[in-house]
Amino acid sequence: MAAKSASLIRARRLWTDTPFGEAAVSFFASRIATISFIVLVIICLGALLAPLIAPQNPYDLTKLSILDGELPPFSVGGDGFLFIAGTDDQGRDILSAILYGLRTSLSVGVISTSFALVFGLTMGLISGYFGGWVDAVIMRIVDLQLSFPAILIAMILLAVLGRGVDKVILALIIVQWAYYTRTIRGAALVERAKEYSEAARCLALSNARILFVHLLPNCLPPLIVIAVLQIGHAIALEAALSFLGLGVPVTEPSLGLLISNGQEYMLSGQYWLTVFPGVALLSTMVAVNLVGDQLRDVLNPRMKA
Amino acid sequence: MIVYLINRVGQSLFVLSAMSLIVFVGIYVIGDPVQILVSPEASAEEIAQVRRNLGLDLSLPTQYLRFLSGATSGDLGSSFVYNESAIVVILRHFPATLELALAAMFIAIALGIPLGVWAGIRSETFSAKAIMAASTVGASLPTFWVGLILIMCFAVYLGWLPASGRGATRSVFGVELSIFTRDGLAHIILPALNLALFKVSLVIRLARAGAREIVGQEFIKFARATGQSPARIVLGHLLKNIMIPIVTVLGLEFGSVLAFSVVTERVFSWPGMGNLLVRSLFLLDRPIVVAYLMLTVVIFVVINFTVDVIYTFLDPRIRFSAKAG
Repeated sequence: MAAKSASLIRARRLWTDTPFGEAAVSFFASRIATISFIVLVIICLGALLAPLIAPQNPYDLTKLSILDGELPPFSVGGDGFLFIAGTDDQGRDILSAILYGLRTSLSVGVISTSFALVFGLTMGLISGYFGGWVDAVIMRIVDLQLSFPAILIAMILLAVLGRGVDKVILALIIVQWAYYTRTIRGAALVERAKEYSEAARCLALSNARILFVHLLPNCLPPLIVIAVLQIGHAIALEAALSFLGLGVPVTEPSLGLLISNGQEYMLSGQYWLTVFPGVALLSTMVAVNLVGDQLRDVLNPRMKA
Repeated sequence: MIVYLINRVGQSLFVLSAMSLIVFVGIYVIGDPVQILVSPEASAEEIAQVRRNLGLDLSLPTQYLRFLSGATSGDLGSSFVYNESAIVVILRHFPATLELALAAMFIAIALGIPLGVWAGIRSETFSAKAIMAASTVGASLPTFWVGLILIMCFAVYLGWLPASGRGATRSVFGVELSIFTRDGLAHIILPALNLALFKVSLVIRLARAGAREIVGQEFIKFARATGQSPARIVLGHLLKNIMIPIVTVLGLEFGSVLAFSVVTERVFSWPGMGNLLVRSLFLLDRPIVVAYLMLTVVIFVVINFTVDVIYTFLDPRIRFSAKAG
């Protein structure tokens, strides 16, 4: 009987009453955030499905025809193919190149941010939970790193490591982890003092269990916000590094490298090689930043009236 | 206080030596500059001779010790490409970078403060919202791409401003500067605007936040009640109170402007340190890279140190907490 009424009560609870649902409702209350979110989904789908939806595989040299080279946007190529965003000097469809470039840019951003998140988070939890000299050592390293701009550290690292997608990802992980460590340490310090974590300590649970099962879930909201904004930063940083010739190799061009390649043709009026990849990069970053800003407002407990 | 200062100096020196070791070991592991410097037909003996001349045949620890003893006396080795002291080469390129960074800061302040104050005191108007939206987009813009677009608009299509280089310079106290010649001024506008972009958004946000906070306070109401003109209130009362945090943040940001100028210098072929750094990276001219990084590290350490010390003077709590810790 009691079980039955409990299930009835549960059924009447709407999905909007869950913490996730509440956050979702207030997130989509903003029109700008909703539009940015949709744009972001479209961009991600475009990058994810690039091999399926791109009109051409831009790096399969057998598919390229030099006769279609340097065509402005909306030109029709030799075999009746419409180049919406024009072509480069080798007859490569720029739209396809952008879709493939997005793939590289987004995967570098997302992969590096995830690894940095996991590493930074672990360090931050350890630092905040144990305190003492462990905390002191970790925080000194964090301070040291955060006192230099990310681009400078990334340049030094890539000068050492050389070019390559894996190397860019590694450099971006090293550049980013400190942000998470600092944020999560602050959160962990606050949470550690609360009664539930004291209770967990009284139960003599293992440190690892208290850290990851009890503390971590309560530190998540600020972390999600930073992670989203950091993906934007990572993409921007990768683009700048690749533009300088320090990032991804020419065989896997990201948006930054596409722009860099288009640079020399710009002076002769072939604007589409630079403008369109840039617009793709810009829309990605604006969308990521706006989504991140809205998430910050939604997840910030101080904003909840 | 003295204990705090000594502590802080010690910390700075530790950072310097740690960075020098990281940079040195890192840079000296990549590539082999000899391969680029000698002609492809050179014999093994000639290559070995060049290697000896450059001191590259020694073991890494020996090379580091040599580097360190040189560094403390201001000698960071000779450039493999320029055949002169690396620090001299870097310092020759430094004024161009400094001038660009200062011009960018000037633009950031000149544009950012009026826009930000307007957005703060008239926060409900459409123009204020437009300013804030523009600053959000501005903060998301990839710098190097904007630089290319600026070149495309103003240099390629309109032909108003030159796209690259530094133009004519004039010697001021022995330092070559662009801003005092017409040609040089035309050359610096686009790169400075480009480098300023990111900081403009920052200044707008700071100025807006400051203005919004101050505008509701008693002394502004009182100034209004005394019948002063709005212009006088803004210029005389409001601006004075929002400038302190802005100047502090900009001082801290100056280092990052120097670092980001690498990208801008690359886009506009500006003959500064950043451009030199990227070229040296590709030519594997290690002493230049190391000298650049060491100079930047020194600049950062000095900026951080100065800010910390000034804060300590302004806020005694930091001093006491340092003593207790």
